[in-house]
Amino acid sequence: MTGGLISIFIVAVFIENFVLNQILGICPFIGVSNKLDSAVGMGFAVTFVMVMAGVVTWGIQTFILVPLGLEYLQTISFILVIASLVQFVEMVVRKTAPALYQALGVFLPLITTNCAVLGAALLNIKKGYGLVEAAVNSLGAGIGFFFALILMAGIRERLDTAEVPSAMKGAPITFVTAGLLATAFMGFSGLV
Amino acid sequence: MTLMQHLLKGFWKENPIFVIALGLCPALAVSSSLVNAVGMGIAATFVLLGSNIIVSLMRKIVPKKIRIPIFIVIIATFVTIIDKLIAAFSPSLSASLGIFIPLIVVNCVILGRAESFASKNGPMDSIMDALGMGAGFTIALIMIAFFRELLGEGKLFGYAIPFFNSDPALIMIMAPGGFIVFGLLIALKRHMEAKGDAR
Repeated sequence: MTGGLISIFIVAVFIENFVLNQILGICPFIGVSNKLDSAVGMGFAVTFVMVMAGVVTWGIQTFILVPLGLEYLQTISFILVIASLVQFVEMVVRKTAPALYQALGVFLPLITTNCAVLGAALLNIKKGYGLVEAAVNSLGAGIGFFFALILMAGIRERLDTAEVPSAMKGAPITFVTAGLLATAFMGFSGLV
Repeated sequence: MTLMQHLLKGFWKENPIFVIALGLCPALAVSSSLVNAVGMGIAATFVLLGSNIIVSLMRKIVPKKIRIPIFIVIIATFVTIIDKLIAAFSPSLSASLGIFIPLIVVNCVILGRAESFASKNGPMDSIMDALGMGAGFTIALIMIAFFRELLGEGKLFGYAIPFFNSDPALIMIMAPGGFIVFGLLIALKRHMEAKGDAR
């Protein structure tokens, strides 16, 4: 059991990295990776919401949608759960940890439309995971996102001082860099 | 703006992918073959059209404070419809697009158009806007997929192309190829525009 969980985690973080291998959550990946500290904030917020959403949506699928034969409501109910969860997390964090709220504040509302969160929830169900496996897979997905974001932010801080042809400045060079980073991540395939 | 301008602006000048850079995840993830790109483009256009019409018709009765959740529910309804339609009529397309069909819900192009256009304009204008933006999204996907399928598999729409199919670069149909082709295409578009301005 533990071995299985560890391999799910490693697969989610490195081999099937959400950003660089499955291409989910590109908008925040490109949008927030220009500064290292905001990348850290976004990474934490996404990981947190992802694990919560993974657990809650698993519960909804198993205890409500499947017994009642309402699987076709999956998309609609999951997105509502994620949207309200993000609101809820925002309120709790604001009340209990103002310092953390200061750091994460602007990123929290953005997470609703981060397709990696909904993607992780849908993949948990699709792969037929149990509760613990779903939580571990979501955690791995979140940490993988965090990891990719930080790597990219580190590279982009260097890229600022580099001489880039004028047509390639900004978004184009960022995407090509992401492509090279994704190539590097392909080296992890075969790890498990 | 006239109806025609609403329709045409999405094709190139305000292309949702290349210019506004919205909805990138599906654009990069399903553009590994032309068939997937066209399928995704049609699905997204359908959802965009449906949500734009409903949002535009309801724009005067939706309370401002809760408009985003309402828009998301409207969009999710149309996504569920198209998801089931594709699964029923084209199981192979449904299998190859996988979770990217339900993920149309969080495609920012659709919520973006609902929020910035359909909630402020009448149904006729919104239909044109949806068709134009949907076509622009599809065009962008087809452009990316054209290069990826040609270079990565040596095929176009599944038909082998001589010369290219002798030794295809497999990496182009994997994730890195998507990022690189997309980056180079935006650079190309900018370069063309910079040249146009200079003239």
